[in-house]
Amino acid sequence: MTAEHADSRIAVRVARLEERLVAAGLTDDAELEGILSRTLQGASPANGARIVARAWTDDGFRRRLLADAATALPEVGLSMRGGLKVQNLGVVENTATQHHVLVCTLCSCYPIGLLGPSPTWYKSEAYRARVVREPRSVLAEFGLELPDDVEITVHDTSAENRYLVLPRRPEGTSGLTEEQLAALVTRNGLIGTAAV
Amino acid sequence: MADPAFRTGDRVRTRTVDPAHHTRLPRYARGHVGEVVADLGRWPIADESAGGAPDPAAETVYQVRFAARDLWGAGDHHVTIDLWQSYLSPALSPALPPEGEDAT
Repeated sequence: MTAEHADSRIAVRVARLEERLVAAGLTDDAELEGILSRTLQGASPANGARIVARAWTDDGFRRRLLADAATALPEVGLSMRGGLKVQNLGVVENTATQHHVLVCTLCSCYPIGLLGPSPTWYKSEAYRARVVREPRSVLAEFGLELPDDVEITVHDTSAENRYLVLPRRPEGTSGLTEEQLAALVTRNGLIGTAAV
Repeated sequence: MADPAFRTGDRVRTRTVDPAHHTRLPRYARGHVGEVVADLGRWPIADESAGGAPDPAAETVYQVRFAARDLWGAGDHHVTIDLWQSYLSPALSPALPPEGEDAT
């Protein structure tokens, strides 16, 4: 369990369920730890950042990524097959006139393998309820003031697809290497609550 | 209904049913008309798998785009939601008469 969950009721229920399963001899701590560490192994926003930096520097990859992300990921050494079940991935591209932002209004679906464990606010009822209804205000509260002529699309992750936002490449970065570009990309940028 | 029943560009209306079991059709999107923007392939229906069904049926999931104005009565943005086919029925363009009416 992540630290931010430690005091929640769900954490207490999960801990009790684990105790019961172990006491009944159905599993043990080592097996549970193994499942968790395999699932989270390498799960980091650095993966999403690497995808973005490659898309910024290789237009062919960018086009393949937007057309069929799951097929393009192996080009940067990643896959959507690392989790408990196979998922599909859709990459949505921000432009001068279009901005994308992600949410899961029903729970907290999120591409953990590419972004690492989700931030607490992503799971909060306030974010989930408000971003589908008033995204411009919510983004402004994140410090992202979008011009009025930028259209916003909110993606509610309600089934088996996961999404990733491809932010706009910042101006004045033409001299940077792919690695330096990846270092500019933040987790919020990959969710759409920051510009990059 | 054939599967897939819808194509990109089709207008669809979501169910209004409030089932007693788990579903992935969010309440705020029930009874609304949107446009199919992508076919996401066939996936086990979450309504069945969440209930522990050993062999849940699979059907096509569509990415459907809704105008905020239709969902909330206000707003200039759009919301896309990924919806299983059985949540959807065909919606006619407002410019056309309802199906079958011209035959009477």
